[in-house]
Amino acid sequence: MGPVIRRPAARQGAPDDVSGPAAEAGAEAAERLVAGLPAAPAVWCSGLRKRYRRRTAVDDVSFTVGRGEVVGLLGPNGAGKTTVIKILLGLVRPDAGDVLLLGRPARDPQARARVGYLPELFRYQLWLTAAETLALHARLAGVAVPAGERRECLATVGLADRAGDRVGGFSKGMQQRLGLAVALVARPELVVLDEPTSALDPIGRADVRDLLLALKSRQVTVLLNSHLIGEVERVCDRVVILDKGKVAASGTLAELLGQRELRLRLDAVSPEAKERLAAAGRVTRSGDTFTVALPADQDVAAVPDLVADLVALGVRVHAVEPGRISLEERLLDILRAEPGGDRR
Amino acid sequence: MTARVVLTVAALTLQEAARRRVLRALAVMTIVLLALSAWGFFRLDANFGTLTSGEARLATSQVLNLVMFGLSLIAALGTAFLAGPTVAGEIESGTALAILARPVRRSAVLLGKWLGLVVFGSGFVAVAGLTQLLIVWATTGYRPPQPVTGLALLAAQTIVLLTLALLLSTVISPMASGIVSVGLFGATWVAGVVGGVGQALGNQGMAQVGTVSRMLLPTDGLWRGAMRGFQDPAVLAQFPAFADFPFLSKAPLTPIYLAWTCLWVMLLLGLAGVVFQRRDL
Repeated sequence: MGPVIRRPAARQGAPDDVSGPAAEAGAEAAERLVAGLPAAPAVWCSGLRKRYRRRTAVDDVSFTVGRGEVVGLLGPNGAGKTTVIKILLGLVRPDAGDVLLLGRPARDPQARARVGYLPELFRYQLWLTAAETLALHARLAGVAVPAGERRECLATVGLADRAGDRVGGFSKGMQQRLGLAVALVARPELVVLDEPTSALDPIGRADVRDLLLALKSRQVTVLLNSHLIGEVERVCDRVVILDKGKVAASGTLAELLGQRELRLRLDAVSPEAKERLAAAGRVTRSGDTFTVALPADQDVAAVPDLVADLVALGVRVHAVEPGRISLEERLLDILRAEPGGDRR
Repeated sequence: MTARVVLTVAALTLQEAARRRVLRALAVMTIVLLALSAWGFFRLDANFGTLTSGEARLATSQVLNLVMFGLSLIAALGTAFLAGPTVAGEIESGTALAILARPVRRSAVLLGKWLGLVVFGSGFVAVAGLTQLLIVWATTGYRPPQPVTGLALLAAQTIVLLTLALLLSTVISPMASGIVSVGLFGATWVAGVVGGVGQALGNQGMAQVGTVSRMLLPTDGLWRGAMRGFQDPAVLAQFPAFADFPFLSKAPLTPIYLAWTCLWVMLLLGLAGVVFQRRDL
């Protein structure tokens, strides 16, 4: 949240001015004051907790999604991703914690006025047609969306020619496409997509990727929960990794993947040389191949210096290959390093 | 804002009722019942030659009450099985997720569903009941003393039952809520008969069963009030021996009972709202 700036005009709305032109002027001044502040984050949540009987599903989760950002929510099955999303949208009551959506407390249904949502368990009234489903959701959102725009929305997800067909006759994949259209129909500022490609074929997945990139270019905020790490890596600015209900890591892709690795094929490695390797970063060895995870903030001379030092220590260097850690490897790394995590 | 959501959901509920098979099933059952009753009343009238006019009126009003009981059963079954899936079914299938993630209050969605079901149930009772009364009038010439009050009380009975089904469907599965509410409806009717027999035998304990059950679930009380609207008022005076027959009503409904019924509906609806509000989806 930005700092509160006091302006003289704001004083007009003093508590004793409860009606009349003075109060109106006060309200206008307050609006101007709020308009002058930087926009609140699209999602802000703090200290979210949720227990289902004995099982803790969400444990002290806090994160922020800035306006226009595309943020990926990652984690293994049962990590609490869907529960977190449902808490954000007021579908599940948290035991503790606060949520602000687009600057409004999530307790207020109006906080969701500009939010689109595709649930993981997507299902729409089977007796309605695709066009009627979109009209219904636009009406519930309180947004007047002209029929032409609704048709366009269906066309975006590839259902233009099925607008008049009942949802009951749709395949799973088509229902998920309809779900995407429902999430987008009321001109949202924040779109929450929970596994948006779970029922889609490879072409559908590519369509969703294009859709996400289009949203990103229109500065629409997206919170994306997906198992397809490649997809997340391609479109997300930032990721939040959940494990066992807690935030295991979060940051921009550059922060999380900035770490590079170096694969070296060596022999005649003395204990001193091993120490030198360990000083450069975390070392894993398989046969004569040593993989060194280099820190993100290394200087450019680190690699040549390491090679020179190894040669000086009598090590025979057969190969030196730089490598970039993929999000998948990083995710597994983080999840396995968790205390009590599944170490392999 | 809230009114828009309530009306939108009410319209959606009516649309659902109209487009799902339950309406067709209801229509078929009703037409079969009406056709059978038309034939029955026609035959009844043909056999009236040997009866006195009082006996004929008694027979007609009794058969009318029996047929109306059938209609009220169809209305109760239909709306209870519509109300059951409407909340529990949507939560189970996931349909509720997309709807409730919209800027809507859950209480507004629930009220909308209730309103839609009320319109549907009352509309059914009005159309089917009126048709039935016209059939009786055309075949036998019998005109019940208070047709509008009778039909209104039948509609109220339907509303009571669908409110119960709606409350149950916020807690238990769709099918279970339909079955439990229809089961309770039947149980209350039986308890009413037991109470009537108790009164006839002067058994206070048995009579209490009927009174208590009519307070807990007002369907049977309203049904007895409705019967009074359809039966010939002279019948009881003429044939006092019939006074404890389950398809006859001896006393009119009191305003206090009607007020209690209104309060009962509001309490259950409020409770359903609270339960639904707190439910995790």
